[in-house]
Amino acid sequence: MGLPPLSDDAVVLGASAPSWRDALRLAGGALVRSGATTDAYTDAMVAMVEEHGPYIVISPGLAFAHARPGDSVLRDGLSVVTLAQPVAFGHPHNDPVDVVLGLAVAGVGTHLESIGAIANLFNDATVTSRLAAARTPDEVREIMGVSA
Amino acid sequence: MKIVTICGAGIGSSAILKVNAEKALATLGLSAEVVAADVASVREVSDDANVILTSQEFVEAIGTTYAEVIVIRNHFDQSEITAAVERSLGESPAP
Repeated sequence: MGLPPLSDDAVVLGASAPSWRDALRLAGGALVRSGATTDAYTDAMVAMVEEHGPYIVISPGLAFAHARPGDSVLRDGLSVVTLAQPVAFGHPHNDPVDVVLGLAVAGVGTHLESIGAIANLFNDATVTSRLAAARTPDEVREIMGVSA
Repeated sequence: MKIVTICGAGIGSSAILKVNAEKALATLGLSAEVVAADVASVREVSDDANVILTSQEFVEAIGTTYAEVIVIRNHFDQSEITAAVERSLGESPAP
């Protein structure tokens, strides 16, 4: 297994997020709707940035939203949010963000497979902009090579 | 030789750096252990590290260390990561 499946519930396209917190909450909400996490996981994703800064903006235009495994993760999950208007996270090089990738992993150990798949996918520098331009969840799944 | 990658949770961006650092080692024909960890455990895991790869946000928290601390801007830019690994490990003699 590479990446977890990506249901329609886990995809939010052309969303409006006035701040980076709103952007992360959209990605967290999509994980909750898809059944992967509880609301506490969304809070934890926001708290990671409040504590450590905007380091989750790991490449130009892309925020990789995640928190630690724990009770708030029901199963491995993935969510994708694209923003109609890019939002600043305060990152010195990779702002502004127009794609938020949410990831929940149920347990450390198995997650490296998902991480490896994410690394392989995004090593192609065109993937973030292709995701930002996607119009349907099917397009997103096709770009990422994941099932519904 | 040992590379440590550091982020907030130790499972996300540091894990991506670990995967891409391992690809860099393979490309360069070098071998090293690569460990991903959260910033809270940096002291325990980086005692014997040659290099720490991380984001700008963690440099201050990592503090003084014998390892060379290298900031990676784009975690998905394999050429940036390979260049960092080559610069830091490529010239040093094998242990």
